[in-house]
Amino acid sequence: MTDLEHIRNFSIVAHIDHGKSTLADRLIQLTGTVAERDMQAQILDSMDIERERGITIKANSVRIEYPAKDGQTYILNLIDTPGHVDFAYEVSRSMRAVEGSLLVVDATQGVEAQTLANVYHAIDADHEIVPILNKIDLPASEPEKVCEQIEDVIGIDASDAVHVSAKTGVGIPDVLEAIVTRLPAPKGDRDAPLKAMLVDSWYDSYLGVVVMIRVMDGTIKKGDRIRMMQTNAVYGVDKLAVLKPEMQDIKELGPGEIGVFTASIKQVRDTRVGDTITSEKSGTEMALPGFKPAQPVVFCGLFPVDNAEFEDLRDAIDKLALNDASFSFEMETSAALGFGFRCGFLGLLHLEVIRDRLEREYDIELITTAPSVIYHVFMRDGTTLELHNPADMPDMTHVDHIEEPRIKATILVPDEYLGDVLKLCQDRRGIQIDLTYAGSRAMVVYDLPLNEVVFDFYDRLKSVTKGYASFDYQMIGYREDALVKMSVLVNEEPVDALSMMVHRDRAEARGRLMCEKLKELIPRHMFKIPIQAAIGGRVIARETLSAMRKDVTAKCYGGDATRKKKLLEKQKKGKKKMREFGRVSIPQEAFINALKMDG
Amino acid sequence: MLSPNSLQVVLPEDWRAGGFGLYVHWPFCQAKCPYCDFNSHVAAEIDQNRWMRVYCSEIRRIGAETQGRILDTVFFGGGTPSLMNPDLVAEIMDTIRATWPTSNSFEVTLEANPTSVEAARFHGYRDAGVNRLSMGFQALNDPDLRALGRLHTVAEAQTAFTLARDTFDRVSFDLIYARQNQTLSDWRRELSKALSMAADHLSLYQLTIEDGTAFGKRHTAGGLPGLPDEDLAADMYFATQELCAKAGLPAYEVSNHAAAGAHSRHNLIYWQGGDYAGIGPGAHGRLTLNGTRFATETPLTPSAWLGKVEKIGNGENPRTAIPGSDQAAEYLMMGLRISEGISLSRHAAMANISLNSNIINELRDNRFIETDGDTLRVTAKGRPVLNAVIRALLP
Ligand SMILES: Nc1nc2c(ncn2[C@@H]2O[C@H](COP(=O)(O)OP(=O)(O)OP(=O)(O)O)[C@@H](O)[C@H]2O)c(=O)[nH]1
Ligand SMILES: C[S@@+](CC[C@H](N)C(=O)[O-])C[C@H]1O[C@@H](n2cnc3c(N)ncnc32)[C@H](O)[C@@H]1O
Ligand code: SF4
Ligand SMILES: [Mg+2]
Repeated sequence: MTDLEHIRNFSIVAHIDHGKSTLADRLIQLTGTVAERDMQAQILDSMDIERERGITIKANSVRIEYPAKDGQTYILNLIDTPGHVDFAYEVSRSMRAVEGSLLVVDATQGVEAQTLANVYHAIDADHEIVPILNKIDLPASEPEKVCEQIEDVIGIDASDAVHVSAKTGVGIPDVLEAIVTRLPAPKGDRDAPLKAMLVDSWYDSYLGVVVMIRVMDGTIKKGDRIRMMQTNAVYGVDKLAVLKPEMQDIKELGPGEIGVFTASIKQVRDTRVGDTITSEKSGTEMALPGFKPAQPVVFCGLFPVDNAEFEDLRDAIDKLALNDASFSFEMETSAALGFGFRCGFLGLLHLEVIRDRLEREYDIELITTAPSVIYHVFMRDGTTLELHNPADMPDMTHVDHIEEPRIKATILVPDEYLGDVLKLCQDRRGIQIDLTYAGSRAMVVYDLPLNEVVFDFYDRLKSVTKGYASFDYQMIGYREDALVKMSVLVNEEPVDALSMMVHRDRAEARGRLMCEKLKELIPRHMFKIPIQAAIGGRVIARETLSAMRKDVTAKCYGGDATRKKKLLEKQKKGKKKMREFGRVSIPQEAFINALKMDG
Repeated sequence: MLSPNSLQVVLPEDWRAGGFGLYVHWPFCQAKCPYCDFNSHVAAEIDQNRWMRVYCSEIRRIGAETQGRILDTVFFGGGTPSLMNPDLVAEIMDTIRATWPTSNSFEVTLEANPTSVEAARFHGYRDAGVNRLSMGFQALNDPDLRALGRLHTVAEAQTAFTLARDTFDRVSFDLIYARQNQTLSDWRRELSKALSMAADHLSLYQLTIEDGTAFGKRHTAGGLPGLPDEDLAADMYFATQELCAKAGLPAYEVSNHAAAGAHSRHNLIYWQGGDYAGIGPGAHGRLTLNGTRFATETPLTPSAWLGKVEKIGNGENPRTAIPGSDQAAEYLMMGLRISEGISLSRHAAMANISLNSNIINELRDNRFIETDGDTLRVTAKGRPVLNAVIRALLP
């Protein structure tokens, strides 16, 4: 137990790649939290997929002890957060558990779209904000100019921003001092009934469900009986620990502290982030306000390649959802794909990450169907339908009109790419709302249909601006438009999983692109395959995949007999990863990749 | 229709339909070529006397198991067997002849790289009993030879070839096509030149980018530009069929071309489902003993293999019996490579069931295969897509 005066809790927030995780490394290192030999770059990014992609996906917390210049030792609880827009929910959630934020800005890049978005989250959470200018070791860094930008664009005082290089370690001691002197200590009443916020939870194959909490009032000890206020589930605390970042057992956690516990929780659904945890008897009456639930905006079907793995997939999805409150799911059946789940995500990267994690962490191979947003279909008989899956689109003759979700997109872009960005937004049926300048950069605000954005807008934006633009968005509501369902036929057979909603004026271009893409993505077969896009019964685009011409192994002698057999078996197994539509095998990646419009 | 009698003839001595050969693997090269994934190593010093003792001991061991057989072929493959001392080859051949009676048409092939150093040994090989030389030309222009990492020039290869033809009864050479930046007309020209030089046999391989080789790594990393796409590769393949047939060397296997009767008997053993013993590091074999067919394999590294033979008198890893269904799959995969095709009754006897007649009919209706009594073979249309044909036919 540490008294409140000696605790500081903070999150590190920034635009993607501005160096949050690297800054966390230096704080961990300088305070000796992790032995030098165990140190590695972005140590908090512990998932394989985070290490491979070099980005943070999950907010991660670590407890640090820091002997300050005032002679006192402080406990610092740091939460490193992701920067990508698809994981913004992790950031806003994390901020609720702490009192301050380190706002990291890359001094070579300046303020970006997520810098802004994160500041707003921090202000919403009543945070004290310490601006940190990172990467000052780079010759291209312009800390003074960026300071000005912070003041101009964000409107917060940057005169005492800390200048650091998270890479070389310059300025890190100043960051530690600023945390202690500039961020507020937490408040709380040790003698009040236990009131703790359920910040995060995950499934550990040894420990079962692990719950991360922030104690507001009261104390929690091993052996205590606790209650989850939303579900009324009661558990006994088996293990209580702090993260350093490995779990280290601790006797007790008091107000202001962050830690984890296990409690033989069987029902994964009993742990809901944002829930309040109190003691079983004479607990608090007043639950914490809870988190705003995340609103999934992109939906797709996930089906096991091997239908026998459906139950495994259900179990895996349950466990994974524990660790990611922003992801939603419900069962779905498809004629071609069997049993699976219709899942909701915050964006396409989020979708890819969840799919990847299911495949890796739970070893289930998946087929992903075309992502879609939710359409509101207004029927002639006065009823309304929420359409999550274009395959379920009712007959057009019964439909009065269709509304689609729109977003407000904020894009920051250097002048020289402005034209490309405007063109991209117009091409995606955007309506310009605002265009202002901040230094040598334009801030473009657009009203865009979400379905034009979810697939690959972010990738396209990065590519037309050579990575110099940044992007953030918010949902703003629904609007009617002339939408139609486009279906795809491969070898004359409709492939439901590839059908999509498109604007009528764009259907033809979209259909052509889709057929061209599929022609690239479907491997050649022994016969030629027509690929068509159609609206209702009318074919609007067509391509022909020519028959395979050569695949024979050039050399095959005595020693190759065994090898070749293995190869063919592998190919046969690979074929299982495809789905048969009539006589055609379509590889699983095709279902998503066919929708990307990088043409 | 098959009589039950004919099935019995097929097993358990099925291998006799293919013959019996011995493969000797020599695992050393002067330098490793970037495309090659054969079991080859570059060594500073090789104690050829030690290799002689170990090879001969392995020959005697196999000989004891295969008493009463007549040996049809020997193949010295590599690596670069033309780096073996003629004395070593002679000693091996003496041991072979002392171990098995040899057939009247006994074929002894040695793979040779066409450098001058190696050509100097040709007479010695002939005196040892080698009667067929298979030379690795790979390309007929110097820049391409350099790109393939070869140590010889076209001129050297031609000199070595002339000497080889004067020395051996039968000489063949290998070319690799579908190389970087090679056009269809480049290949037609090169192949015509090859055909004007050739004796009665040619091996023409499409360049394969193998995982784990230097080319493989470059390819994965996005390097190695200018490789042909499937359509160009197919055009090159068809041009090869056309030019070779016109020159009297039609394909008798996917990549092998010969005048009538001039095919490689040893390689036909692989494709016709015969028995072969494999000795040397990483050598594979197929041996039918007391009615059971075994797959044999040896350790890959030279030192592991040598050590194993020296220590326990046997260079093989534990043998595995091949179940009938796998034998059938192997026979199908290998047998459809050659123009004569496979015997359906032999296949059925191995597999214990016949091939799916619906699939056969579909493939035949689309002219990928043809049947003729007991014979199933791929057509000129089916051969270039043989892997797909085999995938469709395999259960
Ligand atoms: N030169 C230099 N590079 C840095 C510095 N800080 C971080 N980097 C590099 O910037 C890249 C991104 O750093 P991260 O720490 O992963 O960034 P992040 O903000 O955590 O990124 P996300 O979690 O994906 O939002 C890495 O390649 C770091 O090595 C710095 O001070 N100087
Ligand atoms: C055992 S190898 C080499 C024999 C001899 N050492 C030589 O290089 O000439 C037999 C033949 O396989 C062919 N070959 C080897 N690797 C190949 C590849 N990656 N693609 C196509 N053909 C290949 C070459 O034509 C080579 O001559
Ligand atoms: S191609 Fe021949 S010479 Fe080159 S490494 Fe392979 S075996 Fe050796
Ligand atoms: Mg990070």
